[in-house]
Amino acid sequence: MNATVAMILALAVGTYALRLVGPVLHGRVELPPRVQELLSAGAVVLLVALLATGALTEGGGFAGWARPAGVLVGAVLAWRRAPFVVVVLGAAAVTAVLRAAGVA
Amino acid sequence: MRTAERTALVRDSALVWLASGVVGVSFGAISVTGGLPVWVPVVMSLLVYAGSAQFSAVGVLLAGGGPVAAAATGLLLNTRTAAFSLAVADLLGRGRLARLLGAHLVTDETVAFALAQPDPARRRAAFWISGLGLFAVWNLGVLAGALAGGALGDTATYGLDAAFPAVLVALVLPALRDSPATRRSALLGAALALAVTPAVPAGVPVLVALAGLVLHGDRRPA
Repeated sequence: MNATVAMILALAVGTYALRLVGPVLHGRVELPPRVQELLSAGAVVLLVALLATGALTEGGGFAGWARPAGVLVGAVLAWRRAPFVVVVLGAAAVTAVLRAAGVA
Repeated sequence: MRTAERTALVRDSALVWLASGVVGVSFGAISVTGGLPVWVPVVMSLLVYAGSAQFSAVGVLLAGGGPVAAAATGLLLNTRTAAFSLAVADLLGRGRLARLLGAHLVTDETVAFALAQPDPARRRAAFWISGLGLFAVWNLGVLAGALAGGALGDTATYGLDAAFPAVLVALVLPALRDSPATRRSALLGAALALAVTPAVPAGVPVLVALAGLVLHGDRRPA
């Protein structure tokens, strides 16, 4: 078998197995309320870590100023309860304009 | 659920679909211009369906890192989906087929979008609307990008890399506002993730962030 095909299959099967953890355990294992509470808090912790590393880093180093500046504008808009579309387009627009102006 | 609520879910999802579609186009284009045949990004997107893992795996391949390193990097990045699948498990319904299909749709964006909804009915609808739409748009985008090659140029020009963290900010803010314990945990977790990022492989920092949950132990009412 071609090595690339094997790589795609390994990644696909492994990823699907990870995604099945929740549905397979659900209904079979009775989780105490405290654990369920930690699970939903854990999902938020993961998402916040993803957005922080996604906003600030690229390939293990600093992502440059344009991206975090755009995300910060998006965060301020979200904090002020702006509509979702304004948050997302605002963040992208600020980053795009900064890059067009020569800010990395 | 009222039609208006469903329309609002579709409207908010559509924005994430649009941004993901463009990122999918760039994934297809990067893969093909890097020298991979068209079927590689297309099949990978259908079967793996995880943006960051796909970019990393193709990046390792194109850098000459070999298929084993490519698969390992992608899997490491996707370990977080196990935690996400636990968080949304009760939204998938009871049927075996719904669970098997729903599992494949677990992504950062769809989980964040579902969990941001105020009640179980809307969370369930949000999961399926966001998940099915994102799957369709992502794969069509990758196919278009793979066929178009390098014609699109650098998507960083459009600032899309800032759109995704901003989407996540908008989606987690309600949970952060509501719960001081979650807020403390998330802040510590993000700080830990950022601190270890230069030193560990991609995918590990967000797992390290889960250590932030030690601050969740305090049970004082909010």
